[in-house]
Amino acid sequence: MARISYRKAVNQALDQEMTRDASVILMGIDVGGGSGGSGDVGSVGGVMGVTKGLYPKYGPNRVIDTPISESAIIGAAAGAAVTGMRPVAELMFVDFIGVCLDQIYNQAAKFRYMFGGKARTPLVIRTMGGAGMRAGAQHSQNLHPILTMIPGLKVVMPSNPYDAKGLLIRAIRDDDPVVFLESKALYDMKGEVPEEAYEIPFGEANFLRDGGDATIVAFGAMVPRAMQAADRLAKDGIRVTVIDPRTTSPLDEEAILDSVDETGRLVVVDESPPRCSLAADVAALVASQAFDALKAPVGMVTCPHTPVPFAPNLEDAYMPSAEKIEAAVRKTL
Amino acid sequence: MQLSRDELKRAYTSMYAIRAFEERVEKEFADGTIPGFAHVYLGQEASGVGVCFDLTDEDQIGSTHRGHGHCIAKGCEIEGMFLEIMGRDGGICGGKGGSMHIADMDKGMLGANAIVGGSPPIAVGAALTQKLRGTDRVAVAFSGDGASNQGTTLEAMNMAVILKVPMIFVFENNGYGEFTASEYSVGAPSLSDRAAAFGMPAQCVDGGDFFAVHAAMREALAHVRAGKGPYTLETRCSRFLGHFVGDPQKYRSPEELAQARANDPIQRFRDKVTTAALLDISELDEIEQQIRARVEAAAAAARAAPMPALETLETDVYVTY
Repeated sequence: MARISYRKAVNQALDQEMTRDASVILMGIDVGGGSGGSGDVGSVGGVMGVTKGLYPKYGPNRVIDTPISESAIIGAAAGAAVTGMRPVAELMFVDFIGVCLDQIYNQAAKFRYMFGGKARTPLVIRTMGGAGMRAGAQHSQNLHPILTMIPGLKVVMPSNPYDAKGLLIRAIRDDDPVVFLESKALYDMKGEVPEEAYEIPFGEANFLRDGGDATIVAFGAMVPRAMQAADRLAKDGIRVTVIDPRTTSPLDEEAILDSVDETGRLVVVDESPPRCSLAADVAALVASQAFDALKAPVGMVTCPHTPVPFAPNLEDAYMPSAEKIEAAVRKTL
Repeated sequence: MQLSRDELKRAYTSMYAIRAFEERVEKEFADGTIPGFAHVYLGQEASGVGVCFDLTDEDQIGSTHRGHGHCIAKGCEIEGMFLEIMGRDGGICGGKGGSMHIADMDKGMLGANAIVGGSPPIAVGAALTQKLRGTDRVAVAFSGDGASNQGTTLEAMNMAVILKVPMIFVFENNGYGEFTASEYSVGAPSLSDRAAAFGMPAQCVDGGDFFAVHAAMREALAHVRAGKGPYTLETRCSRFLGHFVGDPQKYRSPEELAQARANDPIQRFRDKVTTAALLDISELDEIEQQIRARVEAAAAAARAAPMPALETLETDVYVTY
């Protein structure tokens, strides 16, 4: 099995699915790699290079460079999806969702329900989120809570290369609209990824570590940090279970509840401001359905209720860290 | 191009079905059998029918909040539509869409749309599907003068041009976006003038004249089906009623309202075909009677129909979850 990056894993999933199914198309800003200029189209492949190599292989009809018109990109992808294609639209940074949210939550996500079950919208919106790149307040957010609360959408947050490939293949084959939220902080992360295509089902959490003293639930880029915290705690003989739900919608509630039933202690790590976050959501789930199992208040490690700051020291302080996660777990003991 | 007698009858049937349907909606709304809002298409019948007349079920349209006429023109069954807008079981969308969300995929009706400017980007995508599949089918986005000022519409126009998709932007300019006149809200001499700036051809026609709309649409279809990219059609229409059923329309003068009613596309069609001796008055009257009976029966059946089963509240959110 090859060790490849998270970026390459996403690229491989797109490539293999495009080969498998001619109705899979990509569209977005520079996904082809800069059409219409005097140089080589396809030499780039998106601002982070994720789609590199696909334009030369599949051509301009299947890897479609678009204007910087997010509403038209997402709306056209939704329209193509509901009429039979399987578009993968790239929304460069999830921060830009503000200019096209209508096409996501009022249109694509609602077609099936509003139309009495007669529409299928197999749309994937690939986008990236998360802080840590010194990119400032409009290029660093992680808006999964906004997306997770929308009925009709599925939301995926891969935390490693293996999951990125398997979950993206699942997303492309899925018949519902899916937001695939890549973590820009993880693009260079390497891991073992099978060459062949495989699917990881939605709504099935990944147990990264088993331990009886406490449960940590972490999402996306917070998963590696939760694992670091678990390593630190292990040095003191504290054994924790680490759960990566992998998708926030659907959410594997059973995995979380079962684990809390065993450990009695829960810390949720969410790179998001605290109000209406996934941390709050999971805490509410456990408080309402497993209250008797709890031996301590639920710990929530989130960002503060602020925009993402620019200065490196402030941004570092903004983020949940392994130290903060470790402290939160100790507080429950 | 001269239409055959059967084609003329088909056009009149479609236009009059819209008229009778919408008048019945007005009445039902007053009777309290239609929950929520109702935006009717009275006065604009020639536009929707002229645009949809040569489209097939495989051609797709995106519509607006004022979508009943587009649905009927595109072939949706009025029985299912009445059930839908009364929120009843068996409605075209199971009673879960309502007046502003009627869709019928089998008829190429991609949905009325309660978001002003919601449909144009979606129609670009539908047209993209046709282009990539190499068919000669097209997509049409209906918008009003109100939606002509939305960013989504302008983004869609540019995107359609650069992707060269087989799409027609139809702007039904009925003079008002809700209560505000397009005279005030549109900063260009006409909506069709804007199309040139996006690099596509356009026509502006009398939306009260079925024959003018139909002829312009034929040119538009020839253009897009030849692979020349999108086309814009502005139809100047009269809105008989207000924004919604029950709108007292204080913002329009009595003279203007009377004038709007005088420009009646149904009457104009009748006058034209009878003067030219293409159809007899008796033939037109017979069509009207048949439609009136059908509308009456459909509305009565919908009033008597059960509400959707409560179990459907949580179904059809996803294909799988």
